[in-house]
Amino acid sequence: MLVCACSIFVIVLFIFIILILRSQLSLHAFGWKFFTRQAWDPVSGDFGALPFIYGTLMTSFLALLIAVPLAMGVAIFLTELCPQPLRAPISFLTELLAAIPSVVYGLWAVFVLVPLMRDVLGPFLVKTLGWTGFFDGANFGVGLLTASIILAIMVLPIISSLTRDIMTAVPNSQREAVLALGATRWEMIRIGVLRNSRIGIVGAVMLGLGRALGETMAVAMVIGNHPEINKSLFAPGYTLASVIANEFSEATSDIYLSALIEIGLALFLVTIVVNAIARLMVWAVTRGAPGRAS
Amino acid sequence: MSTQPLNNLPRHIDFDSKSMRLNHSRRTFTNYAVTALAILATVIVLLPLAVILFYLVYKGASSLNLAFFTHVPAPVGEEGGGMANSIVGSAIILTLASIMGIPIGIAAGVYLAEFGQGTFFANAIRFTADVLNGVPSIVMGISVFALLVQGRHFSAFAGGVALAIMMIPTVTRTTEEMLATVPHAIREATLGLGVPKWRTVLSVSLRTASPGIITGCMLAFARVAGETAPLLFTALGNQFWSVKLNEPIAALPLQIYVYATGPYDEWHRLAWAGALVLIGLIMVSVTLVRIFANRGVLKGGS
Repeated sequence: MLVCACSIFVIVLFIFIILILRSQLSLHAFGWKFFTRQAWDPVSGDFGALPFIYGTLMTSFLALLIAVPLAMGVAIFLTELCPQPLRAPISFLTELLAAIPSVVYGLWAVFVLVPLMRDVLGPFLVKTLGWTGFFDGANFGVGLLTASIILAIMVLPIISSLTRDIMTAVPNSQREAVLALGATRWEMIRIGVLRNSRIGIVGAVMLGLGRALGETMAVAMVIGNHPEINKSLFAPGYTLASVIANEFSEATSDIYLSALIEIGLALFLVTIVVNAIARLMVWAVTRGAPGRAS
Repeated sequence: MSTQPLNNLPRHIDFDSKSMRLNHSRRTFTNYAVTALAILATVIVLLPLAVILFYLVYKGASSLNLAFFTHVPAPVGEEGGGMANSIVGSAIILTLASIMGIPIGIAAGVYLAEFGQGTFFANAIRFTADVLNGVPSIVMGISVFALLVQGRHFSAFAGGVALAIMMIPTVTRTTEEMLATVPHAIREATLGLGVPKWRTVLSVSLRTASPGIITGCMLAFARVAGETAPLLFTALGNQFWSVKLNEPIAALPLQIYVYATGPYDEWHRLAWAGALVLIGLIMVSVTLVRIFANRGVLKGGS
């Protein structure tokens, strides 16, 4: 039993050590500057990760911007407003969204979301928000914004189910106390529930962020796969995870492979830190209530 | 369940705050507005699910025929062909992953719930398992590539290892939670009769919690069944029939990816059909698990 329990440590250590070992070449060649350079030229062996970092941060940020208000709405609806008989089916349906594999989201996005983006949503955004400068340039349907929308759909169930658990863990006496003072239902939610669960909610959002940072297949299928930094959200981009997925099997030179593994190492470390902080925050709030594996 | 003391309440409610002094109709309006927004959000969230399922059935069902399940992919340009090799390949990889991942996961969960409760070491393992759960699957893919594939060749076995690593933390955590719902009185009763601890764990705790543990294993299984990224550099995929463990092997998610990103309409058609089959398998197992769980076989979990 103990040996098997230790295997979990071993796995994490093994991933860490092997990624460091195999990225030695690129670590030595570029050092810390690897993460601030824009070059990505496999032919001459010149590599830098900045465009991928930009793409990853931008898509994750936009995805959270779309997903968090919706997830909060769902969680509030499910814990405070929903009639009892509807509660289980609706939470089951939102969790079904989490069970759909990434590649199926990608398939759907390629054939349904991309044309929609190109012909309907894109022109609409240009007309209404074109002045902001975020929607310049040609709109092919694939790009940062399309990837962000699909990411938002994918992280939504994680954030909403965790937020729901956290809000359920708030004792009813808190709600009753606020209602007894004459608060409306919304004031009860705001004062009695949201304030008590804010740390946990931040944690849940960060777990969603961790998922968004590492999401690979669906993003690789719709982001356009072009390592450049462009202000326009229609422009094609690239993320840390999708560049590994696309170029790993084509990486012919050792330094190319090493650079991709270093990107993997960066992704590993960032998601470990984000997840660790998020877990601690969620634990701090739901401690005592029955926990859930997510 | 611990009830939080109410002593932090007065600090939160400021009786002179602006919101409390606003007139009644304004507060009622905000209340209704927020209610409406929450309902709207729920509808918006359920919409993609409905749309995706609709498209899968609409585009996929027409391409599902016997050939899909019995033939290997046709050469480029030819009509027909199926995904028989991918379905069998997925089954092989998932079986390998389950054989490796589930026993280790359950054993680790038993340690956390029965032997290490409350110790610093157990807490550290629990925390690590939760964090490992959030590590992107592609990182597992390149790690296993570096360990088992680099310098050798792509294989079904490497794919199984990558998926097993992803199953372990999920299985561990659900096993632990299910064991935690077994009442202490039952354990004490057996221990009181002089039964050794290992025997108690094996034939009392594990047996009582087994429906929940099986549920957890099926959820972990469903989760990795659709994984594509870790298989890209381990199992690699294969257009031909192969059931050998030390050679590249086809897998359903990989084949969907290849077909979806390819240029041919025939491929797109097969990609939709493959996605429908994959999602069907996952949905059936998840739904069965949920029904099973809601029957009251297990309490506290999911």
